[in-house]
Amino acid sequence: MAADVRVPIESDADIVTARQQGRALAATVGFGNSELTLIATAISEVARNIVEHAGRGEVILSPTEANNSQGIVVVARDQGPGIPNIEQALRDGYSTRGSLGLGLPGARRLMDEFEIASKVGKGTTVTMKKWIHRNLTEFPLRPRR
Amino acid sequence: MKGKGNAIAVREPPAAPATELTRELVAHFRGKKDFLRQQWVEQMTAKSFLAGLTPKETETESITIYDTCVGCLERGEYRAAQSYATSMAERGVLRGMTTEQIIGGLLTLRDVYGRSLFHRYHREMARLSAALDIYEPVANKILSIVALAFIEEREKVVREEREKVVRQQQEAIRELSTPVLQVREHLLVLPIIGTLDSHRARLLTEQLLRSIRANRAKVVIMDITGVPNVDSKVANHLVQTVDACRLLGATVIVTGVAPEIAQTLTTIGVDLGRILTVCDLQGGIEEADRLLGYRVIVTESAGSPSPPAPALER
Amino acid sequence: MQVPILKQGSYLIASVQAALTDADLLDLRDRLAVQVGVYRSRGVVVDVTVLDVMDSFATRMLRSIAQILRLRGAETVIVGMQPDVAFAMVQLGLRLEGVSTALDLEEGLELLRRREKGGSNHGR
Repeated sequence: MAADVRVPIESDADIVTARQQGRALAATVGFGNSELTLIATAISEVARNIVEHAGRGEVILSPTEANNSQGIVVVARDQGPGIPNIEQALRDGYSTRGSLGLGLPGARRLMDEFEIASKVGKGTTVTMKKWIHRNLTEFPLRPRR
Repeated sequence: MKGKGNAIAVREPPAAPATELTRELVAHFRGKKDFLRQQWVEQMTAKSFLAGLTPKETETESITIYDTCVGCLERGEYRAAQSYATSMAERGVLRGMTTEQIIGGLLTLRDVYGRSLFHRYHREMARLSAALDIYEPVANKILSIVALAFIEEREKVVREEREKVVRQQQEAIRELSTPVLQVREHLLVLPIIGTLDSHRARLLTEQLLRSIRANRAKVVIMDITGVPNVDSKVANHLVQTVDACRLLGATVIVTGVAPEIAQTLTTIGVDLGRILTVCDLQGGIEEADRLLGYRVIVTESAGSPSPPAPALER
Repeated sequence: MQVPILKQGSYLIASVQAALTDADLLDLRDRLAVQVGVYRSRGVVVDVTVLDVMDSFATRMLRSIAQILRLRGAETVIVGMQPDVAFAMVQLGLRLEGVSTALDLEEGLELLRRREKGGSNHGR
């Protein structure tokens, strides 16, 4: 299994690095093309969230496995001002910077699992996962009872 | 009778220390290893059990099997035989070796061992009987281990084959369920039939986007006459599909919105305002032709009994 | 990496060559705003064929480019979007309202020509 990848985020150029590394790692895990694009886009959004709100932080990418399926975990961490109202931040169209306000809620839609832990004045950690959806998980072959 | 009592004791001996006679048998088989193994290989060759094996493979395999069997006799435990049988079954099944070849080969080895015991002990019947009591259960156990390993391997292969076929069929059904048809240059028609869940909507969108690129389509007609119910979720999928097509530069026309569905959508407040809708597929194609700059004209072919055929002009 | 802007007749073509940082996009917006004036261009094609990600910032920039250029008298057409990218964009909830799109450079230029002749406004 591929090793974890840690990408320090300090400027907008690092956003590009993070999503390229994420795409590469997800490809070795075995994701298909359209999923690679979804993952790279979600990474781009959470990395940009770091640049815009905290200035600096890091994105950690790692392969994962559960219940026989492979996946990728993306952790975006910063020690910035934190999010006072997470519920609000996850609402479509909510933005503190005049952007489209689709960053975090959008990333949540692209991934399978999404969690935010944030403390005002301490920082924010976004953890998101995506699993490879094998055909068999959509149409499971169950032994007849 | 003494032999009988011994036999019962030996039949389930695993952990017990090897008796003096067992040690003698082990030493016997080790001492005659080259001779007996050679005999075994010759007999197998005669029965053509070795088809498909190179001389070198025959050499290594037969030495390993011979030693493993003697090892089982010596130690009274079968883990080595178990793991070797599993790997042999995997390799054997992969290379298309028949069960007859493998089982036949082991039966041959069993006979070779057995005969050599007769040779050695044929003058002392009681000792021969005791030796067979020790030897036979071990030989039988090894045979059943190998037979089971082969059956398991076969089942595994069959199961994998079956799963593969099912997967392929599912793929095929999915492809079939969302045909993207090219009607004329730059125009695709996508008749959606059946329930549209998230998974299917996604596959359908991906397929449609690829087709737009591959066929250089400019207009896509999505006919939803065959979609039984359209709730806000399905409507949302449709809107997303339309938006994605537009990003590639294609215009989408939605046709076949049934009266009840139109009513539902209005009631639940879904905004289809950005979507170009036309009553039915025919109207959709006419609208598409207009967008693409086509004009349908009717040509008169004099004397023809059939009705005039419409022709397309750009 | 700076996006090269080429002049072709009365149109400009901005052909993206590699992944874009936010700074690259801002730079593209500013240079296009100036150059449509310099060359008195009536239309601009932005070719995004090589982009494998279009996130909310990139989308916002493209929309803003189209709006700014319209005020400067030029139409913008985004061409070459990959199917996977389009799919991810709509999943994210992003659209390019008010921006024209076309399959590739050829179609994009064709669209601009038709617009200028006041022909069919197909593709809107």
